[in-house]
Amino acid sequence: MSAIMSELTAKARWVWSETLRMHRLAPETRVASSLSAVEIFTVLYYGGLLEHNGADPRWEGRDRLIVSKGHGSICLFPILSDRGYFGKEELDRICMEGSFLGGIPDTIIPGYETINGSLGHGIGVACGMALGLKRKGSSNHIFVVAGDGEFCEGSMWEGVMFAAHHHLDNLTLIIDNNRLCMLDLCENIMAVEPFERRFDAFGWQAERVDGHDMTTLHAALVGLKSRGSNGRPAVLIADTVKGRGVPELESDTLCHIRTLTSEEIDRATGGVK
Amino acid sequence: MNTPKTMTMRDAFIGTLCDRMATDRSIFFLAADLGAPALDRIRAEFPERFINVGIAEQNLINVASGLALEGFTVYTYAIAPFITMRAYEQVRVNLAISSQIRPVNVTMLGLGGGVSYQVSGPTHHCLEDLAIMRLLPNISVYCPSDWVTAAALVDHTRTTGGPKYIRFDGKALPALYPDTTAVDLQKGFSQLAAGTDICLVSTGFMTHRALKVIRERSGVALIDLFALKPCDEASLAGALATCKHVITMEEAFINNGGMDSLVAKVIREHELDCRQHPVGVKDRYVFDLGSRDRLHAINGMDEAAVTALIDRLRGL
Repeated sequence: MSAIMSELTAKARWVWSETLRMHRLAPETRVASSLSAVEIFTVLYYGGLLEHNGADPRWEGRDRLIVSKGHGSICLFPILSDRGYFGKEELDRICMEGSFLGGIPDTIIPGYETINGSLGHGIGVACGMALGLKRKGSSNHIFVVAGDGEFCEGSMWEGVMFAAHHHLDNLTLIIDNNRLCMLDLCENIMAVEPFERRFDAFGWQAERVDGHDMTTLHAALVGLKSRGSNGRPAVLIADTVKGRGVPELESDTLCHIRTLTSEEIDRATGGVK
Repeated sequence: MNTPKTMTMRDAFIGTLCDRMATDRSIFFLAADLGAPALDRIRAEFPERFINVGIAEQNLINVASGLALEGFTVYTYAIAPFITMRAYEQVRVNLAISSQIRPVNVTMLGLGGGVSYQVSGPTHHCLEDLAIMRLLPNISVYCPSDWVTAAALVDHTRTTGGPKYIRFDGKALPALYPDTTAVDLQKGFSQLAAGTDICLVSTGFMTHRALKVIRERSGVALIDLFALKPCDEASLAGALATCKHVITMEEAFINNGGMDSLVAKVIREHELDCRQHPVGVKDRYVFDLGSRDRLHAINGMDEAAVTALIDRLRGL
């Protein structure tokens, strides 16, 4: 493994344990859907993919990241703090009175662009931003992180059609494909797969990777971001495991709403608090 | 006196907006597959800044909010019930909530307020918009009564931040004001006639009906209320201070948060010694077919109903 991959892998491990630490502090947070997205957010912020500036969150030259699956992004809190968006002490105040780190993050948190929590909005808003960047002559990129279950929302597909029709090749969607909604597997509730064929039919470029394999995830996103003006929006289907690394979550199809006990967190993290 | 010029609100607004687009490069116009004669000019002259998102009102609002987050001034245009109700949650999340934290200059233009699409039935009637848009924090709500007021709203919405909703009547109506400088959008209303004991407060199409009423009954004051949020409530209270009865007239459901609720709040908070009588559509959809006059008669909101109410209040 290359040095950068070792570094990214170590960073992802730190983000994973920090996410569990915050869940211990704020048991109402959605931990399972945050653990599936650890590598995705880690690679964006540490893998040289996202132009950003923690000291100036609204810097015009930034790439935009829209977190459509707001609930499942608690893992982004330690990353944003580490990247200078806010002090580390804020992490210890998660969901406490006076904190801006709520259970479902909004744009009051430095680094978040939009209001999140209601699913199905991310792609449409990202389309407007992508179009706006093109009209401004900006070469910045828009990333959207969405959950697979979100594709039950019709508004997602309205945005998917718009992005292709307007040739938004500065937009890359990452699907955290953890296969689970709240109550069951997506395939048992409402099939959202096969994503490649669906997106291809809608005029998108689609690729699939193991969303926990840092090397392939990084390579795929680097390739998609640098795809140039090919006139097509792109989607990366990142196959993930909901509740990754915590056996009690991985084996439970109802893990979305599951709160881990302190003992379960101790076991998962090897007793490291 | 010359007969006032008749024009649709949408053509007056869009025509003025098209003029501004020539100099204000920040303006985008997004439509959900709805046209207007004046819109053909924008489509021809500014194809780069006109986008038809298709029959997709939810995406209309989402894309508009994204453009607005990038600093553009965005106008969205669709049939009134669809832009307000099909996309209500997009409006709530990406305009109302978002604009409390970040600048979002998006103006929603809803065409066909009230029962102005009189033969199209309850899906195309729009009787809820005034109440449900007023309900959302951070959104300004306007219901112009003529095309001059509509034209005046172009520069106001362009230069005032935040999301706004404007209800356009579906039909061409005569001008009520000589020019846009006569429309005070900060104040939000205009006293069209002075009176003694009774004041009509009307909005939109109903102001034209109210004008007919005051020709038939002397001593009745008339206020055209076109800014439903925010409006200068203290000034409105002052204008209502001397009357004993206020009759509110709107082509909308009443008693549930619309213009009548605004007037009730003013009466309550300023402790005015008057009674309010809301005229509008009661808690029931309109399936009846007929002229707009006929639909109003059925719902007790035509001239005959209002003059009868005035006579009753005067003990006649």
